[in-house]
Amino acid sequence: MKAEFTEQALLKGLANNDSKAIEALYKDNFNMVQAFILNNNGSYDDARDIFQEAMIALYEKAKSDSFVLTSKINTYVYSICRRLWLKRLQQIGRYSNQIDSFEETVAVEEDIEIHEKRNAEFAIMDRALNSLGEPCKSLLEGYYVKKMDMQQLSKEFGYTNADNAKNQKYKCLIRLKKLFFAQYNIGE
Amino acid sequence: MEDILLLQAIERYLDGTMLPAKKAYFEELRKNTPEIDQMVVEHNMFLHQMDIYSDQRNIKHALHEMHSRLIERGDINEGGELSTKGRVIQLYNKYKKVTAIAASVGGVIALVISGLTLYLSPASNNQIQELKREVEVVKRNQQYQGAKLKEVDSKLPKDAVLTGGGSGFLIDAKGYIITNAHVLKGSSFANVINNNHDEFKAKIIYRDEVRDLAILKIDDEDFTALKSLPYGFRKSDLDLGEEVFTLGYPRNDITYNKGDLSAKTGFNGDSTRWQLEMNANPGNSGGPVLDKNGEVIGVLSTREKQAEGVAFAIKSKNIFKLIDEVKDSDTSVQKIKIVSHSSIKGMDRSNQIKQMENCVFLVQAFNKK
Repeated sequence: MKAEFTEQALLKGLANNDSKAIEALYKDNFNMVQAFILNNNGSYDDARDIFQEAMIALYEKAKSDSFVLTSKINTYVYSICRRLWLKRLQQIGRYSNQIDSFEETVAVEEDIEIHEKRNAEFAIMDRALNSLGEPCKSLLEGYYVKKMDMQQLSKEFGYTNADNAKNQKYKCLIRLKKLFFAQYNIGE
Repeated sequence: MEDILLLQAIERYLDGTMLPAKKAYFEELRKNTPEIDQMVVEHNMFLHQMDIYSDQRNIKHALHEMHSRLIERGDINEGGELSTKGRVIQLYNKYKKVTAIAASVGGVIALVISGLTLYLSPASNNQIQELKREVEVVKRNQQYQGAKLKEVDSKLPKDAVLTGGGSGFLIDAKGYIITNAHVLKGSSFANVINNNHDEFKAKIIYRDEVRDLAILKIDDEDFTALKSLPYGFRKSDLDLGEEVFTLGYPRNDITYNKGDLSAKTGFNGDSTRWQLEMNANPGNSGGPVLDKNGEVIGVLSTREKQAEGVAFAIKSKNIFKLIDEVKDSDTSVQKIKIVSHSSIKGMDRSNQIKQMENCVFLVQAFNKK
C-alpha cells in the first residue's frame, strides 16, 4: 500500500512540475526505456525523445481530473514508449517484428491518441508564436508561459509604463489568435 | 483600439478580475450580443490552449534540465566514457542494414562462384567417397556369415535383395541405432549384426538424406535392451589434434581405427562435418567416432578419394538436431533419449572398446525382389 501511495505522490508532484518528483521518475524509468530503444534500432537521442514524450503523456494524464492509476508507473511508461517507438519505426519504414516484448504492457492506445492531439495543438501554437516576430513573441511568452506580470514585462522590454506594454500585448494577442485559429480550424 | 478594449474586458471577465458591477453589465452585453458571446467563448478556448501550451513548454523545459543534470551527475549516461558497449551497439545498429546487404551480396556472389566452379570442373563430384560396403562385398560376406550363422536364412524374407551395408551404433539403449542414410539407400528394411555375429531384424524409422543420417530400431524378440550405453554424446566443440577413434565393420569383424581431428569442417568447408586424419574403409560408414573420453563426436560417413587417410564424420550435433526436428512428428523418435555422460571415461582404450563393442553393429540393407 505504501508503494501505491508513493506512486500517487510522484504523479501529483509531476503534475505540479515538482523537480524532486521528476528526478525520481527519471531515475526510476529512464534506463529501462533507454535499454529498450537501444536494443531496437534506436539511438541515445531517440531514447531521450521517446522517454520525454512518455513523461509528457504521463504528465498530461496526471493533470487531468479523471486520472486513475491502473498500473504501476513503470509499466505505464514502458507501454507508452514501446507504442511510440513502434510507431516511429513504422513511420521511417524500419518496422521489425522482432521488437522485444518480454515486459508486461498495458493498453495505452487511447492515451497516445490524446497525447498526439495535444502535440498537434502544441505545434500549431508554437508555429503561430514563432511567426509573430519580436517583440510580440517574447512579450506573449513572458506573460503566458513565464507568467510575468505587466510591471516586470514593461521593465524588461523597456516600455515607459505598464499600460503601454499591456496595449502592445493585446495587439500581439489579436495577431496570435488570428494565426492560431487559422491553423487550428484547418486542423479540426 | 476598440478591439483591444473589448479583448481586455473579455480577459478580465474570464480571469475573474472584473469588478462586480461591470461584470453584471458585461454579462448582459454577452446575452444580447451574439458576436461578443462568441468572442468570449473563443477567447476562453484560446486561453485554455495557451495554458496547455505553457504547461507543456514548462514541463519540457524541466525534463530537459533534469536530463542534463542527471547526465552530469552520472545517474544516467549516453555512451560517454562510462559505456563503450553502448557505442558499439549504436554503431552496430547504424550499420546493421549495410552489413546485412553487404553480407547477402557476398553470399550471392559466393553461391554463383561455387555454382560455376562446380559446373566448370568436371571431376569434382568424385572427390569424396561414401564408405558404404559395395553390394558384392557384402554379399560375399553374407555367404560367409551364412555358413557361420544358422539364423541368417530364417530372419530374412525369401525374396530379400541386398542393397548395401555399413556400420551403425546404438544411440539409445532401447535399441535405436543411428547410421548413414546412404547405407540404406534404395532399401526398405535392414538387419543388424553385432560383434558376436548375432543378427537382429531392424525397422527403418527415419531417414534424412540431407544430413545423411538414418535411425533404425531393432525389432527382434531376441534382442534384450541394454541397461545403459557405455559412451555419451559430446555437445561441446573439439580442438584440432584431439585424438579420436572409431569402431566399424569394413570386414565382418568389428574393426578399430584411430586418428586425429584435422579440421573443424568437412569437404569444401562443410560445417556440419569434422575432418579426420584416419584410415577409413568402405563399411566404416555409420560407425561412431569418439574422443579419448569415450564421448561420441560424430558419425563416420565419407572419405576423400584423392588424399590418403582423410575421412569425414557428421558432427554429433546433427544427431541432436535431427531428433529434435522429428520428435514432434514422429512418435517413435520421441522415446529416444540421448545421454551425454560417458561411463568409459578414464579407461584405457582396449577396455573402452570392450565395453562398447556390442553397441556397434554391422548394418545390412535389403529390398524386396
